[in-house]
Amino acid sequence: MCAKRVSVVDNERCVGCQLCMFACSRRLGYGGLGLSAILVKSTGGIERGFTVIVCRACQSPPCQKVCPTGALTAREGGGVRLNQDKCIGCGHCRDACPFGAIFWNYELNKPIVCLYCGYCVNYCPYKVLSFEGVRK
Amino acid sequence: MYGKVLHIDLSRKRSWVDDQSELFANRIGGVGVGIKLLEEELPKGADPLGPENVIVFAVGPLTGLYPMASKTIALFKSPLTGNLGESHAGGRSATAIRLAGYEAIVIKGASETPIYVAIHGGKVFFRDASGLWGVGNSLTVGRILREREPGAGVRSIMRIGVAGEKLVRYACVTTETYRHFGRLGLGAVFGSKKLKALVVSGAGIIPVKDVKLYRTLYDEIFNAATRTAIMRKYHDIGTSMNVSPLNEIGGLPTRNLKEARFEDAEKISGDFLAENYLGRRVACSHCPVACIHLAALREPYEDEPYFYKTTMISYDYEPIYALGSMLGISDTQGMFKLFHEAEVLAVDAMSTGVVLAWMTEAFEKGLISERETAGLKPRWGDWRTYLKAMRLIVEQPTEFYRDLSMGVMYASSKYGGSSYALSLGGNEMPGYHTGPAAHIGFLTGARHSHLDSAGYSLDQKILKENRKPSIEEIVDYLLEEESWRQILSSLVVCFFARGIYNPAFVEKALRAVGYSFNSSELVKLGLEFLREKNRFKVREGFKLKDLNLPERIYETPSPLGYIDREFVRKAVDLFYAKMGL
Repeated sequence: MCAKRVSVVDNERCVGCQLCMFACSRRLGYGGLGLSAILVKSTGGIERGFTVIVCRACQSPPCQKVCPTGALTAREGGGVRLNQDKCIGCGHCRDACPFGAIFWNYELNKPIVCLYCGYCVNYCPYKVLSFEGVRK
Repeated sequence: MYGKVLHIDLSRKRSWVDDQSELFANRIGGVGVGIKLLEEELPKGADPLGPENVIVFAVGPLTGLYPMASKTIALFKSPLTGNLGESHAGGRSATAIRLAGYEAIVIKGASETPIYVAIHGGKVFFRDASGLWGVGNSLTVGRILREREPGAGVRSIMRIGVAGEKLVRYACVTTETYRHFGRLGLGAVFGSKKLKALVVSGAGIIPVKDVKLYRTLYDEIFNAATRTAIMRKYHDIGTSMNVSPLNEIGGLPTRNLKEARFEDAEKISGDFLAENYLGRRVACSHCPVACIHLAALREPYEDEPYFYKTTMISYDYEPIYALGSMLGISDTQGMFKLFHEAEVLAVDAMSTGVVLAWMTEAFEKGLISERETAGLKPRWGDWRTYLKAMRLIVEQPTEFYRDLSMGVMYASSKYGGSSYALSLGGNEMPGYHTGPAAHIGFLTGARHSHLDSAGYSLDQKILKENRKPSIEEIVDYLLEEESWRQILSSLVVCFFARGIYNPAFVEKALRAVGYSFNSSELVKLGLEFLREKNRFKVREGFKLKDLNLPERIYETPSPLGYIDREFVRKAVDLFYAKMGL
């Protein structure tokens, strides 16, 4: 089975409801947004529509390359896995991601990285997102 | 902890947090908590535009947890009615406030110089806004603050326009470009405090008591909202779908309610707008419905060939009524330009439309002339003149425009024409001339709004059933509806989702996240909150005997026939007797 990721199929369909963001924290048992690894924001004002930021599961992930402790490892097929115990919270991964798709847990001072579970996709009412195999 | 209240003192530039968990545990949140905080914080008889006025923003226990619990309730003393001010807005305001760690924000005092307040990560910043004060276009202010402040995606930028700065009594506070604390003049209260904007960002987590039940109920709401017909009306065409049916039955106020049918209604109808102009739909945070409909208006520049601009303009039923049929406007694009100007100036579109409609009729009847209007000749359908008048109401170059900026009741008390000044309890009329229930609802509703008790809906039901309503039926309906809406606005659930959040469901939803109220308790509590709001009004000078419908409402037949004066009077008395005021 190939590795899967959340793909932004068409951000022009996004209405900015942010249900994907709430789904992400809920999947982990919480309300709110504090653990979410997906962000919907306007592209310079709501009149211009929205952009969806989520890990695209890079084949050669820059975040993993700059991790000084080996807390981030490459996932087979694309993307990364985080080992919280090894992470020192330096934030290099966050700076290295060109998409801004590494989010931050300020309480733990550690990154929030997509788990590639696809739970958020179930709550997108407008087919903005799909859960699909990583393109090679 | 549920029940953190952030206090902001604009005079001293200080803020502090207060634990009000008991108050929230007893009174849910939103309006229930807000009215108590307002009662306590606002000195009796306070000047609505003085530093002693207080603004309470409150959210509820379901905010950030369940879909469509995304409204922020604002309570304040209204500079328009001199009484209870209450206005609700969505956007990202509610989720941002709660996930910033607060359930309510209380703003008091006044700054000497223009400021804006930013709240990020539990910290409050008082920032200078001298440069922003006087910026002519409120959309520009939004743009500037977006660039200057952090928290894109998880923040709310609530701001006023020039109308608020100039204390137009029906100036609004705009959030997320297209949502408004529209009614009763919160914008003027911001302006009087020299508060240009309030920026709140937050992305915290909320622990849940019963995660499994929470997820199950969440899915129930999600499915009901996205896979059943309950929300379809708001989802597809949006609120503008009311235009045609209301026009067909003869309940669409037209040309200052001289008529209740508009011959060109088709050109401002939901179907027509969707077909020809709908450019995008957007949603409030945590709402899958996306009822916010944006028209794309493409216009050429006249001085340069092949040069265009495209403006996205939000439309809904109420502005279509107020700045469309009420002004006899059949030029769709002209109507959109009036909507856009209302956004630019940040005024309540509804009050503005009613004021302009009165001005037009007063001009027609010779009560005012070009001397008062500074040369303008208002005429039904002439949107270009209305566009100029809107700006003059805000800039107030003459006494007449200053008077218009005080609301239609004030203006007519000075120039005459009270019989067709469409104000109810001091608030300009909403867009329903459906029958007695609508108007009795506007009169008795705590904020004199169509949203208080939706009498228009009962009128339409009675019309369909082709029968005569009784006073008792109308009063019982309005009282029950308005009481339950106190609970919805304490939970801060959007009224559009009232079909999903019924008492039994609310009880379950609250239980999953750790609050126990049974549904009959909730119903009782709703009535209690309503009484308290009315007691507050009485405290601030509200008098039952001042409640009258303008003559015009009796003169123009509704779909249920002429409205009977005696019937209305008896119903109003019975309403207050049953409510227990």
